Amino acid sequence: MDQLDVRLPIGGMFAIVGAILIAYGVFSDKAIYQRSLGINVNLWWGFVLLAFGLVMLWLAYRAYQKAKRTHSTSTP
Amino acid sequence: MLGIGWALRRFVRSSDDFFLSGRSIPAWIAGLAFISANLGAQEVIGMAASGAKYGIMTSHFYWVGAMPAMVFVGLFMMPFYYGSRARSVPEYLKLRFDEKTRGLNAITFAIMTVFSSGISMYALAKLLELVLGWNFHASIVVTGVIVLVYIFLGGLRSAIYNEVLQFFLIVLGFLPLVLLGLKDVGGWSGLTAKLATVATNAGFEPGAWTHSWKYMDSPGHNPMGMEWFGLVMGLGFALSFGYWCTDFLVVQRAMAAGSMTAARRTPLIAAIPKMLMPALVILPGMLAIGMHATQGGFLPIGNDGEPNYNMAIPMMLGHYLPSGLLGLGLTALMASFMSGMAGNVTAFNTVWTYDIYQTYVRPGQTDRHYLRVGHAATVFGILASVVAAYAATRFNNILDMLQLVFSFVNGPLFATFLLGMFWKRSTGHGAFYGLLTGTITAALHYGLTMPQGATPGIKGGFLGAALHLYPSEMALNFWTALFAWTGCFIATIVVSLLTKRTKSDEELRGLVYSLTPRLQDGHMAWFKRPVTLAVAILVVSTILNVIFW
Repeated sequence: MDQLDVRLPIGGMFAIVGAILIAYGVFSDKAIYQRSLGINVNLWWGFVLLAFGLVMLWLAYRAYQKAKRTHSTSTP
Repeated sequence: MLGIGWALRRFVRSSDDFFLSGRSIPAWIAGLAFISANLGAQEVIGMAASGAKYGIMTSHFYWVGAMPAMVFVGLFMMPFYYGSRARSVPEYLKLRFDEKTRGLNAITFAIMTVFSSGISMYALAKLLELVLGWNFHASIVVTGVIVLVYIFLGGLRSAIYNEVLQFFLIVLGFLPLVLLGLKDVGGWSGLTAKLATVATNAGFEPGAWTHSWKYMDSPGHNPMGMEWFGLVMGLGFALSFGYWCTDFLVVQRAMAAGSMTAARRTPLIAAIPKMLMPALVILPGMLAIGMHATQGGFLPIGNDGEPNYNMAIPMMLGHYLPSGLLGLGLTALMASFMSGMAGNVTAFNTVWTYDIYQTYVRPGQTDRHYLRVGHAATVFGILASVVAAYAATRFNNILDMLQLVFSFVNGPLFATFLLGMFWKRSTGHGAFYGLLTGTITAALHYGLTMPQGATPGIKGGFLGAALHLYPSEMALNFWTALFAWTGCFIATIVVSLLTKRTKSDEELRGLVYSLTPRLQDGHMAWFKRPVTLAVAILVVSTILNVIFW
């Protein structure tokens, strides 16, 4: 691969941020969720971000595998 | 939280520099960068401010303005931009017309970028003042220094990849805000009820904030003070086409695409998320004003006694997001300020160094010399931005100011491009004097008219007597753009007919519609053709207009 797949850093970043948010949502004081209408948004949105990040990483991985296959078949 | 965001951005920045240079960029990345370049702080803060000030009529910027313009640029204009191999918009003007047209455009573009970055700077300083409690003047200085460092570290070579990241950051950072806000007011129907109070307080029909077309029969019936003709022609035609078709900052993204087809599909792909953007940027503003009117004190009151609409997004962030998610929202906001400002300052120093200094002031110097000039231009650009930032404090809605700048620069330029690309008889002299006339027309119109209740000066009417009062700043901007476009269009035609063509048909091949071979899309699957995408986009935006009629 001569070009960094942009999905890799994006996926990585959102997966990490999502995981941190989930952890924060689990351990944080529940009083801070008064402003977000009593919903633990850190926890829930953390899951959304984590899922988004993982999908991005998976897409990048798939593209990488595909590129590797075509690359190895084209070179003798 | 903020730190992690920054650290990761830094990592992305340094690694991309390697991989991007000279490579072809896939259409979807170029497409996301295309809207992201436009989804800067001004867009996020400004659209929310307008959502609060003018209600859902702000969506016309998207469904009447941006959609047709992006379709047009993809279908009709990209072949010339991409095919001409020009690296910048001023360079295209040089190829098509002559050196002086390019010079004039380079100068006006440079001025415009300074204003744009000044507006971002103002918005960021305001945010720092609000969130961290800093002094406004100190915040301006800090912002300037940060941008300077950011640019000198060479952070912009990978601008395009950063923009894609930033696009997702903004979407994922603001979406929970919108969802929570909507839940709080009781959904769309709850919002409509709250906005009815806003509208009746301001002396309009209850639905004035939630119907985009219904109250446009006369300027007095809606908060924007527009009637449908001025809106469709001024915003839809002159301003939007001017912006999306000629603004170097966005067009450049498509020029970087890997092939002609990818370049043409770039604005079309960008149009799809762009269409849904109002939910993310206008809706928070409408929610904020709804809360402000019914609960009171939601938005801070400015010096002029009106709410400071620019604060809609920051206030919403502070109101709904708990620590944790708040960090994500603020990171998204800061990232968009920074890259918006840095993008403009970099565009400024590029145009200044290559299109102005190297061409006119001192040609034939060493690379080192130009590099030094580029650095000096960066410092100068930031200082000029500071001045523009203070000018921005006079507007309670930064989008008003931004569109004013666009109406001076992009409005007339679109007339030049239209004639240049579709009428081979238009000449260099015609284009130059047309552009000049267009800008002067804009200045005259702005100098002789004013928004209601303003004092003559920076908000118009500086030529003494105001001949006409517009109901709002935005109405004034739309009409300024339309006058500027018309002035340029007529002057270009008249002067072109009076002067001789200096470029032969051969030289104009690939630059003018009638002299360029048609592109054949027949070999592509029907759903991949640009035309199919374009039709789908127009149909969906029509449906959106009808839903929120």
